[in-house]
Amino acid sequence: MKSKSLALFLAIVLLISFFAYIAFFGLNIGKYEIVPAKDLIKLGLDLRGGVTVLLEAKDNPEDPVNDEKMGRAVATIRERIDTLGVTEPVITRIGADRIEVQLPEIQDPERALDLIGQTAQLEFIEEETGTVIITGNDVKKAQAEFGQSNDGLGQAPVVAFELSADGAKRFAEATERNIGKIIGIYLDDNPISMPTVQSIIPDGKGIITGSASMEEAGDLATLIRAGALPVSLDTLSVTAVGPQLGANSFEQSVNAGKIGIVLVFIFMIFYYRLPGLIADITLVLYLTLTLFVLAALKATLTLPGIAGLVLSVGMAVDANVIIYERIKDELHLGKTFRAAIESGFRRAFLTIFDANFTTIIACVILFYFGSGPIRGFAVTLIVGVTISMFTAITITKILMKLLTQSGMLKCMKYFGERGVK
Amino acid sequence: MKTINFMGARKLWFGISLTLLAVGLIFLIINGGLNLGMDFVGGSSIHATIGKAFEVSEIRDIMDKYDPNATITYAGQNRDQVIVRTKISFDNEKRAEIVKAFTEKYSLESNNISFETIGPTVGKELAKQSLIALLLAFVGIMVYVSFRFEWRFGLASIAALIHDVAIMVAAYAILQIPVNGTFIAALLTIIGYSINATIVIFDKIRENIKSERGRKIDYDNLVNVSVTQTLNRSINTSLTTLITIFALYFLGVPAIKDIAFPMIVGIISGCYSSVLIASPLWVVLRRRFKVSGAR
Repeated sequence: MKSKSLALFLAIVLLISFFAYIAFFGLNIGKYEIVPAKDLIKLGLDLRGGVTVLLEAKDNPEDPVNDEKMGRAVATIRERIDTLGVTEPVITRIGADRIEVQLPEIQDPERALDLIGQTAQLEFIEEETGTVIITGNDVKKAQAEFGQSNDGLGQAPVVAFELSADGAKRFAEATERNIGKIIGIYLDDNPISMPTVQSIIPDGKGIITGSASMEEAGDLATLIRAGALPVSLDTLSVTAVGPQLGANSFEQSVNAGKIGIVLVFIFMIFYYRLPGLIADITLVLYLTLTLFVLAALKATLTLPGIAGLVLSVGMAVDANVIIYERIKDELHLGKTFRAAIESGFRRAFLTIFDANFTTIIACVILFYFGSGPIRGFAVTLIVGVTISMFTAITITKILMKLLTQSGMLKCMKYFGERGVK
Repeated sequence: MKTINFMGARKLWFGISLTLLAVGLIFLIINGGLNLGMDFVGGSSIHATIGKAFEVSEIRDIMDKYDPNATITYAGQNRDQVIVRTKISFDNEKRAEIVKAFTEKYSLESNNISFETIGPTVGKELAKQSLIALLLAFVGIMVYVSFRFEWRFGLASIAALIHDVAIMVAAYAILQIPVNGTFIAALLTIIGYSINATIVIFDKIRENIKSERGRKIDYDNLVNVSVTQTLNRSINTSLTTLITIFALYFLGVPAIKDIAFPMIVGIISGCYSSVLIASPLWVVLRRRFKVSGAR
């Protein structure tokens, strides 16, 4: 009985270590590879770097914002972003009139911001009369290429465009009317090129000069191709985190967290001795399970999320502390060790449940009202508190019982208290 | 453990808290309110790893053109990072200019710079949402505690929570630290944490009442016994939590410090209020509002 209990105890500890190892380091057996759970957890943009932009549609009484327009705006923005070659851009509609754009690991936030926010209403305007001849909607194709520059000497980056049949017809008529005169090309009311019409353009093909670089021409072509936003958007907030800075934050915070957690481990052993060690073993399981659950939920780990995780370790210990103090009380009442463990756990359960449930109430509210990184914090805390109830109550109990049966854990002095039997 | 007479000194505990809150209120009035950060009033912040020693005056030279009132602080363990905060929400163009000024001056890669801009609209919403969130948390906890215990426990625990929130606000009013979204997150976390501690004590009180069944109960003594019995737990849990938060505060990055600092204040206040305020207040409430049929 004694050695069997001890063997079972050691087996459980070994199993926990095994899972913890997989969670943190992964496993590589032949051609089968288990990726560490910690690598499956998505990092927030505050840790991996990137740009988050919150845009709001300007309400125009003549042309009110509606669902369909917002949908088109999202599609347009997505098309523009595609040219940036960003991995996993996330574009979400928030509420009735907002759009959030998240671009991970982007190196050049300025270029992205230029591409996203512009309405990009392209207009060809007859200078003489001020009438709009064609708009971006008439453009069928647009691409950047090298073409003849403004001064007619040498090559320069230009945007070559092709109009739809209808647009081509109107453009032909307009060029005919305006030979020797200027047809201005405007983007959001800013002149980008003011060419003088040399001859009739019948086929609807032309070029826009004035781009400083091939990249700039490419972006302009994208804006024209994707079309104008159906609504004009105000930028409400921009968060751009340098990837290097984000990576440093991650590393430094994780290290700070590790030190904090190790200190808690030491504190528990120092204060509660052998039961303290058991608490630490369950804490390892707790951390492992939390990582797995966060990975399974596809939760995003943010900087405040790391704080939440570390804090939750401090709080997870609480369940162990409550149980141990309870068992000590029962022992003081003169119960046997085994009976004290039984009633200690039974009585501590409701206390722990009530106490943690209120914490979860606060966290759910935090999740509901928080945004971005703060939500990540709420999620880790909710997951953490829930799992800690399971590990602290169930696993601690099993381990305590096994150790008691094996004769390793006998009386009060194993709790580090002297002078009491 | 010898029973400590918490009830006897309850006026002292209440007095200490009220004094602190009064000081906070005075500072709040003198300073004309809290120092609302960019999350609430809009503004911009720039965080850059310069990677070598630099002078604040150099950064000031760059920023003067855009906002002479910008606050510039060192960050990072080696003081090789800078955080610039301003109440102006820069547009894309200005932002690009400033980033360029930094990268050129210190020959940095732009991946070592973070930039955040928040417009004032978002801030107003945050303020409103924060208030709703706090109220909802109070109501939710009040309902749950009243349901699991009884309403006077609920009221006493809410009073302890309001105490913690007020102490945290007082700390920010006195130190004039910018209040941002993370502060609200810290407030809600502390509410969840402090109520946790209070409930453990209330649970003990409830249990001790049950075991006294039929006898006349001396509530002062009952609370003294209950709080003493749970004192180890109250202290140990606060210690373990404080250990982790201190590690984050001293070793973490600025964004983590922003959330760790209010939590340190809150955990200490939460420990104080659940041990020394909530239970004595419950006895006071109990005397004032006696239930019919109560012994």
